[in-house]
Formats: sequence, C-alpha cells, structure tokens
Amino acid sequence: MTREPLIFEVSAKGKRAYRLPKLDVPANPDVLEGLPVRTGIPDFPEVSEVELVRHFTRLSQQNYCVDIGFYPLGSCTMKYNPKVNERVAGLPGFVGAHPLAPADLVQGNLEVLGLLEDALCEIAGMEAFTLQPSAGAQGELTGMMLIRACLEAAGRPRKVVLIPDSAHGTNPSSAHLCGYTVQEIKSNENGTVDLEDLAKRMTEDVAALMVTNPNTLGVFEYDIRKIADIVHAKGGFLYMDGANMNALTGICRPGDMGVDVIHINLHKTFSTPHGGGGPGSGPVGVKKIFEPFLPVPRVARKAGAFVLDFDRPKSIGRVRSFYGNFLVIVKALAYILTLGPDGLRELAETAVLNANYIRKSLDQDYHLKYTTPTLHECVFSDKFQKENGISNLDIAKRLIDLGVHPPTMSFPLIVHGALMVEPTETESRRDLDQFIEAMKQIAREAKENPEILKSAPHASYVRRLDETAAARNPIVKWEKSR
Amino acid sequence: MSYIALSDQDKKEMLARIGVSSVDELFGCLPDEIKLTRKLNLREAMTEPELIRCFEELSAKNGYVGHLSFLGAGIYRHFIPAVVDALSSRGEFLTPYTPYQPEVSQGTLQAIFEYQTLICQLTGMDISNASLYDGAMAAAEAVLMANRLNGKPKILVARSLHPQYRETIRTYVKNLGVRIEEVAFGDCGGVKTDDLLKHLGMDTSAVLVQSPNFFGAVEELKKFCDLAHGHQALFIVAVAEGASLGILEAPGAVGADIVCGEAQSFGLAPSFGGPHLGFMACKKEHLRQLPGRIAGQTKDVDGRRGFVLTLSTREQHIRREKATSNICTNQAWCALRATMFLETLGPDGLRDMAVQNIQKADYALGRLTAVRGVKARFSGRVFNEFVLQFPRDVRSVEAGLRAKGIVGGLGLNELYPELADCALFCVTEVHTKADIDQLAAALEEVLR
Repeated sequence: MTREPLIFEVSAKGKRAYRLPKLDVPANPDVLEGLPVRTGIPDFPEVSEVELVRHFTRLSQQNYCVDIGFYPLGSCTMKYNPKVNERVAGLPGFVGAHPLAPADLVQGNLEVLGLLEDALCEIAGMEAFTLQPSAGAQGELTGMMLIRACLEAAGRPRKVVLIPDSAHGTNPSSAHLCGYTVQEIKSNENGTVDLEDLAKRMTEDVAALMVTNPNTLGVFEYDIRKIADIVHAKGGFLYMDGANMNALTGICRPGDMGVDVIHINLHKTFSTPHGGGGPGSGPVGVKKIFEPFLPVPRVARKAGAFVLDFDRPKSIGRVRSFYGNFLVIVKALAYILTLGPDGLRELAETAVLNANYIRKSLDQDYHLKYTTPTLHECVFSDKFQKENGISNLDIAKRLIDLGVHPPTMSFPLIVHGALMVEPTETESRRDLDQFIEAMKQIAREAKENPEILKSAPHASYVRRLDETAAARNPIVKWEKSR
Repeated sequence: MSYIALSDQDKKEMLARIGVSSVDELFGCLPDEIKLTRKLNLREAMTEPELIRCFEELSAKNGYVGHLSFLGAGIYRHFIPAVVDALSSRGEFLTPYTPYQPEVSQGTLQAIFEYQTLICQLTGMDISNASLYDGAMAAAEAVLMANRLNGKPKILVARSLHPQYRETIRTYVKNLGVRIEEVAFGDCGGVKTDDLLKHLGMDTSAVLVQSPNFFGAVEELKKFCDLAHGHQALFIVAVAEGASLGILEAPGAVGADIVCGEAQSFGLAPSFGGPHLGFMACKKEHLRQLPGRIAGQTKDVDGRRGFVLTLSTREQHIRREKATSNICTNQAWCALRATMFLETLGPDGLRDMAVQNIQKADYALGRLTAVRGVKARFSGRVFNEFVLQFPRDVRSVEAGLRAKGIVGGLGLNELYPELADCALFCVTEVHTKADIDQLAAALEEVLR
C-alpha cells in the first residue's frame, strides 16, 4: 500500500472544497476596523473536494474496526454497533435542537433523557441516574464527588478511598481529583478483594471502596454483600465501576448487592460506537440519599410536562455543559428498546458463554494465572511463551497479521504479561473460532518460529512502530520543513 | 430484535466444549441471593420499524426545529458540508476503539495528528492534545493545569466567561484547594481592567478570559495577557466560538500560555448539547502537564512514517493517581469531524465564514437597535453575538417573539441578575437577510 500523505503535504494555494453563498446583507466596509484581525492562518491546508474525499477514504482503510472483524479488547466491550441507532440519532429533532431552547419546544429530547434514566435505574437497581458525565472517567469523578458531598453534609468528607490493585487506572486518578488519598487493597489468590485486608483498612477515615464487579479479571466478587457490609459498618460507601456491566444485564443488579453509587459506560454495555476514542457517555446511578447532590439540571415532570430543574441547592454543580452527550444517549436508549428485557438477559448470557468458550479453547495454550471461574472476559498471560522469549506484545502484533484485533495488553497490572480477552455477545462462532485458531497458531509459532512473532506485524499498513522514539523526541504536529 | 450471532446448534456445541450443560451454570460463580428472579421491568423488545417510529415520534415532539432561532451562547449553528457526514459515518471511523494498536489504527492516528496541527495553526500555539469532552470541561482542565504548573492558589476568571464554564470549573476545583475569583465586566462588555488589577497578585496562578466572550464581545487579550504575565500568572484564553479564529488574531500571537475551548462550530450540529468537542493547546514547555491523549509521529522498523499515541506516562493508566488528568476516552470522532470540516473550508472558506458572521451580526445589530426602545447593552466590538437591552421585562419580549415563531435571544435575567432586562442574540452565516428582517419586524410589533 502506498503511504497516504498528510493533507498539508498535498495542499496548494487557491484550491477549495467549499464556497459560501454570497453575503446577502449590505456589506459594511468598515466592519473589521478596530478588531484584532489576523493576517492569515499560516500553512492551513487548501484542497479540492475530491482530494479530501480520497484522503479520508484511504485513511479509513488503514483502520481496523468492529465493522471489519473481531475486536476482543478486554474491559472495552467492543460489540457490534447497530446501524439503525445511527439513523435514529440523526433525526432532525435531535441533531437540530439547541440545548437552551425553551423546555416546551424540546419535550421529545427531555423525554429521551427521562426514558433512559428510568431504564438504567431498572437495569442497575438504582434509584436515580444522572446522564451528564461525558465518559466513564467523568462518571467516576462525578460519583466520587457525590460521595464526598454526602459525607460532607453529614459532617466529615473523610480522607481515603480504597481501590483494589486490579482496578483500572482511572479509579485512583478520579479519587485523587476529588481530593482523596488512595490506598490499594490486595487481591487474594482468587483474584478478588482480600476481605481481611479490606476489614483492616476500612476505618472511619475511609470514604469509599471503589470496586469493579465483575473485576478486570472477569471474576465476580462472590462476597460483594459482605464487602458492602464491611464498608457500610464503618459509615463508608460502596462505589462500583460498571465498566463490566455486560456480564450482568438482566442477571443481577448492583443496587441489590449493596452498591451505593455506580457509573455505567453507554459506549460499552449499550453499544454506542467508540468512534476511535470517544464520544462516550458515563451515566451515574445512585441510591436515594445521594439524589439531592446530583449535578444540575435534573429532568423532572411537572403538570404532565418535562422540565429542567435547576433549583437544587445541595447539588455538586455541573461537571460539563448542558445535559451530557445527548446523541450517545439516544443511541443507548435505542439499543435498550431494541433488546427489551429478554434481549438484555440474553446479552449477558451470550457474552459469558463466548468468553468461557474462548477460555476453555485456549487454556492449554496460554497460561491462566487465576483459575477462578470468570464471566464476560478472561485474562491469559504470556508465561508459557516467555520460555521462548516471546512477550504479550509479540503475540498481539502477530494477531494483526492473522486478521484479528489484539486483546487488551498488560492490564490488569496483577497479571504480568496480560492478554485480556473480551469477545462480547455479538460475535459469530466463525469469528470466535478464527480467533482461537490464530491464538493456537501463535502458540505453535512461539515454539517453532519465534522470529516471525518478534518481527510481526508483517501484513499491516505500517510495521512495528518505535513508541520510545516518539516519546523521547515528541513530534506532535506537522510543520513546514525549512 | 437481538444482535446475537450464534445458532442454537452453536450454543449447544460451545456449552459442550466448556463442559457445562447450561448457560445458567456459567453464572454459578454468583451468589444466589443477589440473582434477579424476575424479568427486568422494561418495554418489550422492538423491531427496527417499530424503533424508528418510536424515535420519529420523540423527535417530532421537539417543536424547536420549526422555529427561527437566534440562540447561541456556546452552541452555534453553522453549515456542515455533505462530505463531513459522508466520510465521518464510515464504519472504519465510527467503530474502532482508542488507537492502542497503532499498526491497525493509522487512519485515526493520522487524523488526530492533522487535528492537532490544525488546532495549533488556528490558536497560534505550539502543542494541542487530541481533544477533551467539551469547552466547559476543557476550561476546568486548563485551570487545573495552570495550578499544577505554578502551584499558586488563586485563579481569576472573567465574569464574561460562559456561565456553564464557570460552574464546571467550580465543580472541578472544589476539593483541590484552588480559589476562584471573578473579575467584573465593564460597559464595553469585556473584562474591566481596574477590577482585574484589583484581584491580580503574586498569588494568582492564572487569568482566564474568553474571547469572543459570553456576550459576543472581543476582549483585549494582549493587554490582559501582559498584566497577567507582569504578576507571573499564566494567561488562559477560552474560545467558545471556534469560527471566530478564522479572522481574529490567534491567542498564541498575544502570548497566551494555554488556549482551551469548544470546537462544536467545526462540523458538529447543536445536538441538544452534545457530543461536542473540547480542545486544548499550550506552549511547548508545558507539554508534559497537558492532559488528555496526544498523537505523535514516529517510524516503523522499515523507517516509514507512522503515528502513535505518545507521552502516555502523563496518563492515568500508567501514573494512576499521579496522572495529569483522569480523562481516558476523549472525543476522537468529533475531532475527526472537525478535521474534515476545517480541511474542507480551508483558510479562505474559514475566513469568509468568519467575516460573514461579523457582517450579519453587524447588520442585525443595526436593524434591531433601530427598533424603538432597544439598545445595545455594551459598546465593545462583537463577533456574532450581542446583548440587547429592552424597555420592558425580557420574559415578555421572549414570549412575544415566541408567539411569532421566533426563539431568542436568550434572556439573561437568571444568568446575570445585573442584566435582567437584556437578552443575548446570535446571528451566523446560516441566517439570511430575510431572517434578520423578520426578527426586526417582529420585535417592532412586540414592543409597539
């Protein structure tokens, strides 16, 4: 394949892909006088429309994506994104509405917000939801702020947040942004929260435990009720990172396990497209006592109509502008309405079936550090392949040659050389088997022909890239060579 | 409707290989007492035609789209060329994850690299990140970044900064010991220099000014930047209307240290407030404190150019609680649309668009202030928004216009009690002369 140049490298003075209609008001010749006007935008690209279309079409062909094939990134839930959801999210009443329009002119949009809040409450077993957070990390931050506000209202915000060592890095980062110091809880030999360690650390200085359930190994915290009891007995709260809700929809509900605050990733469980890294959406669900603290505004019903309620003196405030990533919210609602209650249960059942099928099919070829039963994902390691000098990175890059996207690598941190596989529920047997065969082939190659792994990928648009050099000497924009 | 791709036979064979007799057995690792023993209480599943009908009905309940509107205030309606929708909706752009495996993500990575370059060119800054959630959050992140850079406790924020940006900043800093003080606006609509000087001290971490500000007024950035730097404070510029950068001086040219804001104007529809596009750019010496993803250029083993996510040691997945920010997912697809939009318009298209915004706002301001009793509230120069003052209650003016099928401007009575008799109007290139004349005629009748 030939290399696609940067748009700046094909730019030529005077080319245009767009022309504005002629100004239809009388032009004021002095209109720019006194304004700080720029002389131009140096090196800003100028191309024709056809060049632009081919540029981006060719760039698109350099991306692997869910529409092309299997994408088993653990904890990212890369499931199929239904096309009809894009269509409904493109309806004129949704894309055209200004967020500051009077409420009576956007009743449909407010109803969408209300419908999704209600559905998420039922699915998660919570009593109220805010849809404002833009993604999972902002959801975590919002959730921790709610816990802090609630504790403050009761007299004392406390100082510490407990987080298992298997947690995603956003958890400690979000707790820290909320003014808490972080203490790590050890995992036991099953990969779950060590109850003794928890009981020892759970003091009246601890605001919350942030737990991911099932955790990043795919293991369900069997003692979740006991965990909740330990935390609640000391006046703390249980926060659940709902990144892995795909294992649980219709099976069980965090609210019934003693969870006080949870965030859910609509771009994972509810199938809104990841877009190459956003936009996402990270709604936060809470039990009743947190409701007064939720971000403003809240959608409310008054005299048979939807209104936005700003009069909430205890609210933590806003975490962003307006009401969240609204079009993402529309798509998630469409997904829930399409699946219905039976489909949501089938979702979790199939996700768990697929993950266990992969686990069982590969457990002789790849090392499993934890043999505890798992739900929607499983974490292998490169321990067997290390004997031949092959790392998880080599395995990942070779998978690219074999036509599938690599699993999540080197996470969770408690598994050295991790390969975290999450197939999701939407994959066909053929795609699952192709992945399994590719992994088996790589395990054989590791013994017989390790060189081919170390030099992989061979068949991609570019070959292995030097990430160290990129960080050491950062080139983060194009500049005209002088 | 379900999106499951397994046949019953597949399921049977898969269960057999796992060595269990039913899917329920796979959930044996859950305690029974927490399992749901009933069906979720939700609407029964819909087919595709039913779903479309359901959402068409919801969409139709938004009467707003049939109205002539002059709402702006951080969300702007600009024309979006067809190529942007056609290209950005390709599955190859819509359905990949964050480009963790660069060899199969060069499309997304190169687009982000182009995006970062465009943002640097527009803002006149050295470095841009790969995007943030929205303008309000970008402003909050800029404030946190300034605090990390110099450790000083006080941030001065212009009262003419978008109210929602100010609220978001307050939410973000609340638990971090950073103090926010507001700087008043003067009769020009921009920052009041006296008041800035009153608040500015050696304990000031940064001064944050929006331009064009919430009232549409173009701020005297150079003056405020010099004042901030004179007190060893950083100068942050927020831009909520990206289109203004097509004609107005780049904030980098006046010496800004951080530029942040909202790029919704570049190819993203109003969409009831999101998803949109927060951006952030800074001087190169601050690179390692910049939050969010960054794409960088490198080479592959054959020496060919390629792109990767870089400088990830700033980020939460490596640094955990010591990270520059907790952000993980950003707004990559929105940034892609902005990239397509900007490359379609080019420098001339962007400049033409910006100038038309100024011309039409100028025309509208002239027409509307010719209506008896209506005055421009501020004397400063504007981009595409302006504040009008009315001789009577602004709510009755809004209601009167509404009765004539017109929405806007935005009454400022709640956001700024001191501007209780005022409303903010926005005019962009999508408004025709006839639209503006219709507004003027309606206002004339309402105030008669």
